[in-house]
Amino acid sequence: MRKAFSLFLVLIFVLALAGCHGSKGSEPFVMPEEQDLDKKIEISFWAKNDTNKTQTRIYEKAISDFEALYPNIKVNLRLYTDYGRIYNDVITNIATKTTPNVCITYPDHIATYLTGANVVVPLDDIMTDERYGLGGSALRFDSPRKDEIVQKFLNECSFEGHYYALPYMRSTECLYINKTYVEKMGYEIPDIVTWDFVWEVSEKALEKGEDGLYKVNGQNIMIPFIYKSTDNMMIQMIKQKESGYSTEDGQIEIFNDTTKELLYTVSEHARTGAFSTFKISSYPGNFLNAGQCIFAVDSTAGATWIGTHAPNSDISPDKFREFETEVRLIPQFDPSDPKMISQGPSVCIFNKDDDQEVLASWLFMQFLLTNEVQTAYAETEGYIPVTLKAQESPEYREYIEAAGTDDALHYDVKIKASNLLRENTDRTFVTPVFNGSASLRDAAGQMIENVTKSERRKEKVDEAYMEKLFKDVNSLYRLDQRNTAKMGEKSELGKLPEGSVILITALIAIWVLLIAYFVYDRVKNRNGNG
Amino acid sequence: MKKFLAVALVVMMVLSFAACSAKEDPKKKSKGVMTYAEYDAAAIDTEVVVETYVQAKQSWWENKATIYTQDGDGAYFIYELPISEEDFKKLEPGTKIKVTGYKSEWSGEVEITDAKFEIEKGTWIAPATDVTALLGTDELVKKQNMFVEFKGLTIAPSKDADGNEVPFLYKWDGSGQEGDDVYFNVSYNGNTFQFLVESYLCGKDTDVYKAAQNLKVGDTVDMTGFLYWYEGVNPHITSITVK
Repeated sequence: MRKAFSLFLVLIFVLALAGCHGSKGSEPFVMPEEQDLDKKIEISFWAKNDTNKTQTRIYEKAISDFEALYPNIKVNLRLYTDYGRIYNDVITNIATKTTPNVCITYPDHIATYLTGANVVVPLDDIMTDERYGLGGSALRFDSPRKDEIVQKFLNECSFEGHYYALPYMRSTECLYINKTYVEKMGYEIPDIVTWDFVWEVSEKALEKGEDGLYKVNGQNIMIPFIYKSTDNMMIQMIKQKESGYSTEDGQIEIFNDTTKELLYTVSEHARTGAFSTFKISSYPGNFLNAGQCIFAVDSTAGATWIGTHAPNSDISPDKFREFETEVRLIPQFDPSDPKMISQGPSVCIFNKDDDQEVLASWLFMQFLLTNEVQTAYAETEGYIPVTLKAQESPEYREYIEAAGTDDALHYDVKIKASNLLRENTDRTFVTPVFNGSASLRDAAGQMIENVTKSERRKEKVDEAYMEKLFKDVNSLYRLDQRNTAKMGEKSELGKLPEGSVILITALIAIWVLLIAYFVYDRVKNRNGNG
Repeated sequence: MKKFLAVALVVMMVLSFAACSAKEDPKKKSKGVMTYAEYDAAAIDTEVVVETYVQAKQSWWENKATIYTQDGDGAYFIYELPISEEDFKKLEPGTKIKVTGYKSEWSGEVEITDAKFEIEKGTWIAPATDVTALLGTDELVKKQNMFVEFKGLTIAPSKDADGNEVPFLYKWDGSGQEGDDVYFNVSYNGNTFQFLVESYLCGKDTDVYKAAQNLKVGDTVDMTGFLYWYEGVNPHITSITVK
């Protein structure tokens, strides 16, 4: 009995250790010497489309073109409606080792994926692989070389000293203006619009006539300034002010006096009704198109929804007003040194046990950067291609030059928005990426949402309010836990996976049994000796 | 003793029946709670307190839920109510809740946001109100968010991205896939309206989702749903009967 019990314990112990070994994740990916073109490989590609059928088709065409080049590889597309859902699904699938192979995502999100060992494939070595790297000799398609990717965009995919993604598309935010109404009020739009200009004109637009209607539009609705992404609004204002947001390694700096000052300014104009947000009121483009808004800040990738002749719209044709749309950089504090955010999806690949599968993923990822995919996708919205090779291609140049020739592919507002980013790429910036940076982004926007709502609800926004706001937001987004944790330490992955819980429980049970047996044995021996 | 026990039992039974048959009055409000008329008159961005009954709920997501509720006089759409998954499960259709929040408006949809709630005693399911005749009139918005029915509407064609006429689209422009919202057009009295099966409310495994996938242009249909608003009437349909 005693021997059997000992054997049983040893067996459980060995099994538990085996379990531990299995939970370590895949080995780091090493580029195979040769691609196995006879091996059938299936890879999954998770992507997001902007409610745009053409984008879906571009993905589908890219897949079929790629499969034609590599008949042994099958790519399964899964489309999402927003990046948040992709992020959540990836996090869930890391625990079960069922991540997709290729995924359109944001660097902020990748930083969290990196909390698992060898989950995301670092690209430093494979990018420069002579045969299968960017522009490699063994590729069956014309991949861009590393130096043909816009350096600024590529740098955005590097954190913790490694490249973990490639840029896929880039956009920024811009200021869409109802020029007709601005001029009607006696103003001229400067080349670089300042925050002061926007606030001044917005307040002026609230003047009402004796009939109780707004003078500028003759309607009973007017929200002069609407911002779509308040996360970006706060981030860009902070950057323009050169104030603290976070350090590169994730120390939170946003809760400072400059942020407070910015919030007071926002609250002042929310109080009069000159300012609102997408979350509070709705899409800026809907109001702008209906002549109920003067300044709308939205992504360049939303340009097809903006303007009197916008090809996309959620409002009925009878609500549209005729006006001239002007496109400018987002408002600035210092017009001599404009700054704006760089945004847009990147693409990463996940590690797998089969190196041929990872290689297939890497090839498909590169294929997404070929001219045909890049130009086709960029033309669907106010995106720009991430490679100079595509930006300088004759097809893309032709597209740009045809701006305004129709209200569909060559819709002028869309191409103006794209040009704005192409011409100002050097003025763009990104915020530091670390595990938790996505939460900090949310927190930045939440503060603007809160003060705006509070003013609309006639709450008092004063020092006590600001102190409480900082404290509440800090706690809500768990930023107060950030300053003591660096990348890889914060448990933003939620509760432990079931497998880990079972494993830990088994280990505890083994130790309890071992101790119990040891005590039992000692007592028995003592009694026997006594 | 035996007789006394029998009489007591009968009395108890009668009292129980009486209690059961005491009808819930969905118009009755507790002290400090607004009537629907008061809620309706309240300005946007003011605090409101209502007693209402859960009629349906969208899927729970990140500790928030969006709930369709109604009382005897009107309906209240509760947007992103902070709620635990455990409490979410308790909000069965009919459950009476007291909601304190802010009256808000988003693209024409009047809703209660930043709310908190408590479950109260009582249960009531709203009967569907026939609003067919109100389609295309200014009166329709007064029924906003209510559980309604439409009778004898005709499925009109929608245009997909290729310009083809189709009976329904996944997402408003056909850019989606199975599992996304299903949009379809209906015509009534010469006007066309866009309705949808909202996938968070009725997912792809529900009867209504499947019924929407089987619609054909020209079908005559009866439908029920919630009178949601987005830049105009935009009902979230919960049942479809093809006639």
